Amino acid sequence: MYPENFRYTKEHEWVKVEGGTATIGITLHAQGELGDIVYVDLPKVGTKVEQGKTFGSVESVKAVSDIYSPVSGEVSSINEALNTTPEKLNADPHGEAWLIQVKLSIPTEVDGLMKAADYQAYLGA
Amino acid sequence: MRYLPKSESERQEMLASCGLTSLSELYNYLPAEVLLQRPLEIPAGKSEYDIVDYFKQQASQMANGYASFLGAGVYNHFRPVLCDVVVSRGEFLTSYTPYQAEISQGTLTTIFEFQTMVCQLTGMEVANASMYDGSTAVPEAAMMAIRITGRDSVLVAKTVHPEYRQVLQTYTLHQGIPVTEFGYDGETGQLDLVALEAAINEKTAAVIVQSPNFFGCLENVKQVAELVHSNGALLVVVFTEAAALGLIQPPTDADIVVGELQSFAISPSYGGPFAGIIATKEKFIRQIPGRLVGETLDANGNRAYCLTLATREQHIRREKATSNICTNQALVALMATVFMSVYGKQGLRELAEQNLAKAHYLAADLPARFKAPFFNEFVVRTGDPEALNKKLLKKKIIGGLPLGQFYPELADCMLLCATEMTKRKPMDELRKAVQA
Amino acid sequence: MIKKVRRHIVQEEPLLFEISSPGKKAYQLPDLDVPAVDAASVLGSEQVRSEIEGFPEISEVENIRHYTRLSTWNYAIDLGLYPLGSCTMKYNPRINEVVARTEGLAWAHPYQPEELSQGAMQILAILEQYLCECTGMDAITLQPAAGAHGEMTGILLIRKYLESKGNPRKKVLVPDSAHGTNPATAAMVGYDVVSVKSNDHGMIDLAALEAATDKDVAALMVTNPNTIGVFERDIVKAAAILHAKGAQMYMDGANMNALVGISRPGDFGIDVMHMNLHKTFSTPHGGGGPGAGPVAIKKHLEPFLPVPRLKRVRNSWKWDHNKPKSIGKVRAFYGNFGVLVRALAYIMAHGGPGLRNATVDALLNAQFIRKGLEPYFELPVTEPTMHEVVFSHDRQEKFGVKTGDMAKRLIDYGFHAYTTSFPMIVHGAMMMEPTETESKRELELFVDAMISIAKEVEEDPQLVIKAPHLTRTPRVDETAAARKPIVRWKPAS
Repeated sequence: MYPENFRYTKEHEWVKVEGGTATIGITLHAQGELGDIVYVDLPKVGTKVEQGKTFGSVESVKAVSDIYSPVSGEVSSINEALNTTPEKLNADPHGEAWLIQVKLSIPTEVDGLMKAADYQAYLGA
Repeated sequence: MRYLPKSESERQEMLASCGLTSLSELYNYLPAEVLLQRPLEIPAGKSEYDIVDYFKQQASQMANGYASFLGAGVYNHFRPVLCDVVVSRGEFLTSYTPYQAEISQGTLTTIFEFQTMVCQLTGMEVANASMYDGSTAVPEAAMMAIRITGRDSVLVAKTVHPEYRQVLQTYTLHQGIPVTEFGYDGETGQLDLVALEAAINEKTAAVIVQSPNFFGCLENVKQVAELVHSNGALLVVVFTEAAALGLIQPPTDADIVVGELQSFAISPSYGGPFAGIIATKEKFIRQIPGRLVGETLDANGNRAYCLTLATREQHIRREKATSNICTNQALVALMATVFMSVYGKQGLRELAEQNLAKAHYLAADLPARFKAPFFNEFVVRTGDPEALNKKLLKKKIIGGLPLGQFYPELADCMLLCATEMTKRKPMDELRKAVQA
Repeated sequence: MIKKVRRHIVQEEPLLFEISSPGKKAYQLPDLDVPAVDAASVLGSEQVRSEIEGFPEISEVENIRHYTRLSTWNYAIDLGLYPLGSCTMKYNPRINEVVARTEGLAWAHPYQPEELSQGAMQILAILEQYLCECTGMDAITLQPAAGAHGEMTGILLIRKYLESKGNPRKKVLVPDSAHGTNPATAAMVGYDVVSVKSNDHGMIDLAALEAATDKDVAALMVTNPNTIGVFERDIVKAAAILHAKGAQMYMDGANMNALVGISRPGDFGIDVMHMNLHKTFSTPHGGGGPGAGPVAIKKHLEPFLPVPRLKRVRNSWKWDHNKPKSIGKVRAFYGNFGVLVRALAYIMAHGGPGLRNATVDALLNAQFIRKGLEPYFELPVTEPTMHEVVFSHDRQEKFGVKTGDMAKRLIDYGFHAYTTSFPMIVHGAMMMEPTETESKRELELFVDAMISIAKEVEEDPQLVIKAPHLTRTPRVDETAAARKPIVRWKPAS
């Protein structure tokens, strides 16, 4: 359920690193807690993000959740499809509904994040 | 007491079922230091007759039987009978904010109709469910423009209603939003485009103008919009006289339109309650403050309405909300809604044309202060306006608004207004008095 | 068993735009007694619009039926109990509507000469006096248009006062049980919001407050009784903590209906408070406004009140605009005068002793609901409650039923829903405030209905989860509404 090649945060974001670029999304657990997602607010390409700092938000009908960046760097692309089809975040949070890609400035930051097994244990706790 | 629906014996029964023996047990556990040990010093309860009589007494000390030429943000327009009939229905009058969509479709549907008609009237694509009034809608528009542009300062024309500008200053002072006013052309009475061009810069989030402006003059909104947009700022257009929109071009070049609907069946009522509007382009929908009603389907697949995009609001976003605003002015907005559907497309135009005709009859040979075209208000040079008004009062006429209090350079001028309710006879008397 | 309602025919009705057809009229303008003018020639043709595209054209009969039909789709106080906690949905006396329409008052222009406005000014002066008496405060501004607007005014007053002492400070403390407007307001006035945790009894934790209060704190925004209906026993001590550090006590007067005639904020350390006249003082909610949110203050804040102020000069009232320390204006003109007239009519109808009796009945009604429902619903805070009571859905959650579901089911029983999920410090909150204007019979029907729902939860939870079943409109798809917002009508293309 939680891909082994992802790393996870306590705020329920995931990150997948390929080369110097990280793809970031929210976890299956996070979308379940939020319920039907109606809007996704994402930064512009070129925005600097910082590990642990918020870069956007996800909204359901009656709640707003900030999204915290798992890594530091510069936003290189955003998932435009979510502007018109936010429901994809409910359907496929670990795949099609990634949020942003970031060009890493401190690649080692990822090592401090949870692996799939740790995250599942964290959810169970 | 007539508002308390319990007999003494019912009270005792309820107390007993709560396991209490006296009413004082309901509160006498509060710390003694906070309990009020005496009755409130307010006279004992009065009958309906006495209350009606009291307010009639007070009303008798008001301007009864006077003709009035006051406008300046509050206008005398006829209120179609239907408006009061509708808002007096208990189902509208005594209902709560329509959070429970299943039992609030009446209110929700009328708000949806209101939002639609405000869009049609202003040429915008999205309007909210109403604001407190026109004056408080102005700072809300400024804050909205700041959120959209990421810039931090605001320019406002001196031809915007002076009280609206004062409210803008109060709201923005502590939010780190510099507000700068720019002047008007002494000949035309329109905003000074050169002054605007000099003042606008890359920090300007919004330029706020009014049309018809406080002097009654129509602004060249299109021209202003070009200048504002070429500097990357948003244009906010304000109106105080909604009746003008029956006739004049809607400010489609604006990014945000705010205004006051008092003209639409809302009695002047010594300044309130009124209903403000805020309308904008579709792309800014998530930055609009206040309540919005949206269309959706119910579980049976039928069209239904509900409050929507609530995540912008204070009860969810708390300190990060788009505004702390929580109410709209639903009942007053409903009056305006009924007004709009009673007059409709043709009626609103005819109404506006009558206003235009009356004001231009009144203005005919009076010494106009400004040259720009006007709708139903205009500025005249009268010498000492206070002295003239004193003379007029003796003829049971309330003259125009002396402008010196807001514009010292116009101390010899007054702002006059005529509507479809203004009769020819007092207009002739006023003209004679000004020319005397 | 559902006792209060049964089904009846409801008229369907399209939107105004869908019943419109060209040439229909519901108006006739008076004969024009001056020459008509050509708009294009006096305004310039570029300033004249061709038509208001899409605007409706409807006859008078169709107009009145339209709105009357829509009105039947609403629930209202006139139909029954509104147990909405924190909203004080009480009866709206109709005489208030009559007096607000008194001709000389309703048609008064805010700029008409003061000598022709004495009646309106006298009304405002008397209302100021009565509201000061009810709250124990020294002065008041009637200008704010609503509760949240009053909050902003109040925090601005505090800011301006602290500035005059040399430092506006940086933070406002807000209990975690507060209304959302409180933090939103503090942020609007340029303060950082610091949330203060409540203790296990849902009350201010003095130790936490003491720790949070430093020289950077401008004010504490407190609601008393708080949002679970409990009077803050330590309010005087809390005020002392704030005052010792030079900070101010702001009270959100949303729950003032529990106090009028019994206890006065001015006597327990409050410096600034707003009232909601549309709650405590019976002016109608009207489906969401207009309201009025006067702000009452202690003497030391008076120089900062919004302009203009009423002033008595040689036996007549004047508007005094010359207040150099004022925060300015928070609204054009003098406030929601028509709402203020209604509130005064209400106070006059009750009188001083009557207002206290009303408060006591409000407490009795809330107590009656608490006692009646305590065996069936979890009461997370067992402290004595005043005008409202907050249960939790803890017992029903085991069956998969949440507070919002039961609130929807209550609609089937002929009542409005209670407040759900607020305050946030109570898990699955069910917040109920009956007010004093409910009869014993209506309350019994309500208690019966809630007990019946509690049984349904155990026997047939799906019945409750899918409610309401009897309304004209079943649950609506709020998710679809938010994903693709449609906020105005467009003709079918």
